[in-house]
Amino acid sequence: MRRQAAATRGAENLEPLLATKEIVIFCGSGGVGKTSMAAAAALEAAVRLGGRVLVLTIDPARRLASALGLEGGLGNVERRVPDDVLKQAGIEPRGELWAAMLDTKQGWDDLVLRHAPNEETAMRILDNRLYHNITARFVQSHDYIAMERLFDVHATGKYDLIVIDTPPTRNAIDFLEAPKRMAEFFGGRLLRWLTMPYRMGRGRGARVINVASRPFYQLADRILGSQFLQDIAEFFLNFQSMYDGFVERAHAVERLMHDRRTTFAVVTTLEAAPLREAEFFMEELVSRKYHLGALILNQTLPAYLRSPEGARVADALVADPTPAAGALVELGIPALSEPDRTARVLHTVGESFRNFAVVATREAELRAELAEAPDVVVDVPRFEGDIHDLAGLAEAGRHLFGESSGNHR
Amino acid sequence: MLFFSGKGGVGKSTVTAAMALLAAQQGKRVLVVDVDAKGNLTDLFEHEPVGFKPVEVHPGVHVMTMHTEESLQEYLRLNLRVPVLGRIGPLARALDFVATAAPGVKEILTVGKVCWEVRESIEGRADWDVVLVDAAATGHIVAQLGAPEAIRDLVSVGPVRAQTEWMSDLMHDPAVTALNVVTTPEEMPVNETIELVGRVRSELQVPLGAVIVNRVLPELFTHADEETFEAMRDPAAVNRLVDALGGGPDVARGTTAVLDAARMAVSLRRTRAGHLAELRRAVDLPTLFLPYLFVREHGLRVTRMVAEALGEELGL
Repeated sequence: MRRQAAATRGAENLEPLLATKEIVIFCGSGGVGKTSMAAAAALEAAVRLGGRVLVLTIDPARRLASALGLEGGLGNVERRVPDDVLKQAGIEPRGELWAAMLDTKQGWDDLVLRHAPNEETAMRILDNRLYHNITARFVQSHDYIAMERLFDVHATGKYDLIVIDTPPTRNAIDFLEAPKRMAEFFGGRLLRWLTMPYRMGRGRGARVINVASRPFYQLADRILGSQFLQDIAEFFLNFQSMYDGFVERAHAVERLMHDRRTTFAVVTTLEAAPLREAEFFMEELVSRKYHLGALILNQTLPAYLRSPEGARVADALVADPTPAAGALVELGIPALSEPDRTARVLHTVGESFRNFAVVATREAELRAELAEAPDVVVDVPRFEGDIHDLAGLAEAGRHLFGESSGNHR
Repeated sequence: MLFFSGKGGVGKSTVTAAMALLAAQQGKRVLVVDVDAKGNLTDLFEHEPVGFKPVEVHPGVHVMTMHTEESLQEYLRLNLRVPVLGRIGPLARALDFVATAAPGVKEILTVGKVCWEVRESIEGRADWDVVLVDAAATGHIVAQLGAPEAIRDLVSVGPVRAQTEWMSDLMHDPAVTALNVVTTPEEMPVNETIELVGRVRSELQVPLGAVIVNRVLPELFTHADEETFEAMRDPAAVNRLVDALGGGPDVARGTTAVLDAARMAVSLRRTRAGHLAELRRAVDLPTLFLPYLFVREHGLRVTRMVAEALGEELGL
């Protein structure tokens, strides 16, 4: 561990981290480019480090999904991105790139089928009218299924490196607590208390209410009507039969997240709100003793926007573009022959630089204020177009790994 | 009752706050409900965070943060006359549990509170002229706004069922309610906007208002101006320009930086224009455009700038 820490310290690229870990979990608030960063890191790892690399993605933009061969609802199974497709994009990987998309509904169905004591119970759960709703909307449901899938895939031993994108959560911490919360949710005292009257009465229709829960039931009946509560109770009673397998699994998932082979990469843009969330998340990771591997600053503006030389030229052009325009007119190039137009364009160019310089300065200030940062901090510049194909991912990947570094393994 | 939704990170709260400011400037008494409580809505008014009880954060603008447990307490107090003080702890935990399991329970406490404020105002018991809701993001808004119907399907009897009916009536009334979608001219936000508009039309009866496109980059050049700009990037022209600006390596570096920056601005704008075209092709709602703001920080000043731009778009 110590040697590895020394190897990554101060690095400005992900390569040493990805070369020493088996699982990299990409997290951050919505809209910061997490999905593309995870895919780019996986692609570049396949290119430079070799081996079999899997990217597990959540909700890629349509064009990106099809670039990875995940379109048409076929994404739930891992598929290899064919070498000839990569070659067409000018990419010659030493290893293999695999991709899969996460399907929460399918993940839950698999989980029920695995843990239910028998097929009959499994079917009863899957047919319950609340089942879909509960599993789809339980706050940590997506997070938990993502972790489950990760655990499964890792257990196959098929991949040298797994890069996983995380669902957009309101609070990034939810994600860390998903396994624990799931175990609590299905095994808690509250659940036993809630289903008590139904268990005592053995099944649907029984209304034996014990003393402790009476006020709640009276109130709930008044508000919601009793049929509804019975449906809930029935669902959870069935679900409880899977409890042991379920909790054991949740604990195993949690151990894997804490394992030294697992690391977290936090993605953010240099904007106030996502950055604040990223900082909070990094603090939480550290205090909960997860391995915080890297911070990725995505969509940063180029450094030249903050150059004093650029600012001086821009100021001169905004103040008076006519002398420079005059010099250009003398060149005799048709497009530069109109003095007014040329001066106007120069003025606009200067003004636009000053505008973007303000934003670049704001970004630099936010970066300087970063309190807690991991050893690896990587910048990925804002691309002029979207990242929607393999070539775009490869370009982002080159930034993640640093242009200069060569092949290691 | 105006709801604002949109993909996370597009500036939904900023647009809601700007709309509130604009309405207050028109002399309206505004309530802003922060539902997707990230707690930064009051930052936009440079005010400390507020709770469930509305606080005037700016002249004419009250803000409240949605809290389902407090909403339930209020509901029980007002509707069922249940003495809940002291017993709300275990009850709230049980509710949390039920709310997780049942579609629409959490949501009904949210939209229920909003609808209640609107109804009280319509019937003269509350003072709001406008209630603005910084609502759930695109992934969750359909469940939020469809809560009354979801509850009605689920609960066969009882006071809650009766309550959902007047809520539905309010939320489906185009004279009262509109759902606005905030987006930016980027791929994912535009896709989610198109998808959301489709879902709202097929699954809800809530009237759609406008699409508000935030952070639109300025058009730098006309077509002819852009040709002139491209000609300037020719090496001979760049050299001439460097000489005219005083010459030397510093000026050369500065000139390159300035030209590169303009090139980047043009490309960024062009990519975004493509997404906007896609949006306009797929969505026929009124569309408002708010400029990208080249400013250093956020706060009331920025909210004012956005409000001003919004006012211009609305012709106020």
